[in-house]
Amino acid sequence: MENRPLEYDYTVAKMFMLTTIVLGIVGMSIGVFIAFELAYPGLNTIFGKTIAEYTAFGRLRPLHTDSVAFGFTVSGIFATWFYVGQRVLKVSMAESKFLMFIGKLQFWLYVAGVAAAVVSLFMGYTSSKEYAEFEWPIDIAIVVVWVLWGVSIFGLIGIRREKSLYISIWYYIATFLGVAMLYLFNNMEVPTMLATSPIGETGIGSWMHSVSMYAGTNDALVQWWYGHNAVAFVFTVPIIAMIYYFLPKESGQAIYSYKLSLLSFWGLMFVYLWAGGHHLLYSTVPDWVQTMGSIFSIVLILPSWGSAINMLLTMKGEWQQVAASPLIKFMVLASTFYMFSTLEGPIQAIKSVNAIAHFTNWIPGHVHDGTLGWVGFMIIASLFHMAPRVFKRELYSKGLMAAQFWIQTLGIVLYFTSMWISGITQGMMWRAHDEFGNLAYSFMDTVNVLHPYYALRGLGGIFYLTGFLMFAYNIYKTMSARPVEESELQNASPMGA
Amino acid sequence: MDINTFSAYSYFFLIIFLVVGSYSYIYHLYKNRKDASGVDYEHYSNMALKDDIGDAPVKPMPDEKKK
Ligand code: HEM
Ligand code: HEM
Repeated sequence: MENRPLEYDYTVAKMFMLTTIVLGIVGMSIGVFIAFELAYPGLNTIFGKTIAEYTAFGRLRPLHTDSVAFGFTVSGIFATWFYVGQRVLKVSMAESKFLMFIGKLQFWLYVAGVAAAVVSLFMGYTSSKEYAEFEWPIDIAIVVVWVLWGVSIFGLIGIRREKSLYISIWYYIATFLGVAMLYLFNNMEVPTMLATSPIGETGIGSWMHSVSMYAGTNDALVQWWYGHNAVAFVFTVPIIAMIYYFLPKESGQAIYSYKLSLLSFWGLMFVYLWAGGHHLLYSTVPDWVQTMGSIFSIVLILPSWGSAINMLLTMKGEWQQVAASPLIKFMVLASTFYMFSTLEGPIQAIKSVNAIAHFTNWIPGHVHDGTLGWVGFMIIASLFHMAPRVFKRELYSKGLMAAQFWIQTLGIVLYFTSMWISGITQGMMWRAHDEFGNLAYSFMDTVNVLHPYYALRGLGGIFYLTGFLMFAYNIYKTMSARPVEESELQNASPMGA
Repeated sequence: MDINTFSAYSYFFLIIFLVVGSYSYIYHLYKNRKDASGVDYEHYSNMALKDDIGDAPVKPMPDEKKK
């Protein structure tokens, strides 16, 4: 083994980079389509009335949310893990045939699971729980993929050379444990085939349809404990893992305060789990659950900003790098958007604000400044940092990267500003009434007023998608066009090269 | 004491416990500056900055040291 110098082995990381990009394109294209469907409902039948079932908003929306969350984002998490994990533990996957096999197995099972999920959602199989729509056979496949990832994580940790675990590893482990716990509990379901009707008939249900083990308010509680922590452990925790590695690495600066990173970790872990009640304000869940949800949401600002400020201060005295490098810009803007959505969220969690915001477009607005600005930008930046190193080629075009940055930023701004205005307009119009308490507006009145904002949001989506296609092209060209460098690029940065 | 009173009290004391716990953790981190093995916490940043396969680990595994 020692004949050849040992190198990190990025085979599995590359495989997941591919699915990150492909599923990103799929999910965002569907996002753009459904955004325009809300503005121009006629689009439902654009491909003909016979397949209108498959192009309906209701059918496509879960395909959007699941492919960006469990496709794009989760692939990005896996891709960066198989890169960062080896490096900070100082151990190569080439050193263990077993871990290599598990990694590849995880990838192929994941691809099979994604295919099954896409097909079944298109066909209309759904358990009707948001972010948990997959029917039970797919849930089982997902659990297997997740367990394999766990084997990879703890296997690699088992053979490491670096005794301490870098803060990013803590966050990856938390992602693994958090999602495992949430997913299992929220997806407890029974196929209706096994059910008995009140008058004793059996076998009248279906194998491909299931109902939750919990009912009514309990189901809502479990669902939003899950839903909110899906935000925590898919859209926040692993993304922090990424920024704690890639920003210091790309800028060459040590984390501003490693101690603060440890503190915010425990703060985030404790507080997040209690905040899910803010999705159920004014619903049938006990009042104290709602109040607790609100209070913990406010407290959540602290650990969230702890991480974000730690990242921004890492760039202290190095702001010329932000001006000079689009890659650093992506990351600094990502942490800024993180601060932004973790301030916006707590505000929406205040009961009186939520009375206006709930059910309105302000919520998708909040969702997308988080996901497009923070999650999307951070994954894009991570892959940009990884590409020259895993393909051993220089990045194809820095100019294209800079252009992408501005186009996507414009897209995000269009998205959230239009949704703010339309959301608050919507909320105010719904509750407006005359002196006798009659509602001042009908539902159609709001639809008419909101139309231009829906169109603007769609436009913002087109910008973001365009930028993402530029990203895909840039990475594709990087892996295929330039000649292979002699050895792994030593000089850390694609921008510095 | 019924279950509601019980949960209210335990909730209250849990919060107190966690607040005290986290402030002591902050105090501990900033007072000691180094962890039990004598490594300054801030040096752990080097796990990311010096992460080539040939770089020396910040805190090597015990068996690696012997080699
Ligand atoms: C091209 C960019 C995108 C566009 C145009 C877009 C568009 C949309 C639209 C129209 C909806 C439905 C809103 C509604 O029901 O009123 C939606 C929901 C959602 N999208 Fe996107 N999206 C994009 C990218 C993303 C990305 C990258 C992510 C995650 C990483 C994401 C996560 C979500 C989530 C979680 C929801 C559900 C929100 C909720 O239930 O409130 N989207 N998106
Ligand atoms: C301190 C942190 C945060 C708090 C307290 C918070 C709070 C909230 C609140 C109150 C809602 C609206 C619930 C409703 O009325 O329907 C919401 C929705 C949402 N937030 Fe956040 N948020 C935070 C951070 C984030 C971040 C960073 C992201 C993503 C990157 C995110 C993604 C979402 C999603 C996807 C939803 C929509 C859920 C749904 O209805 O489908 N949040 N959040």
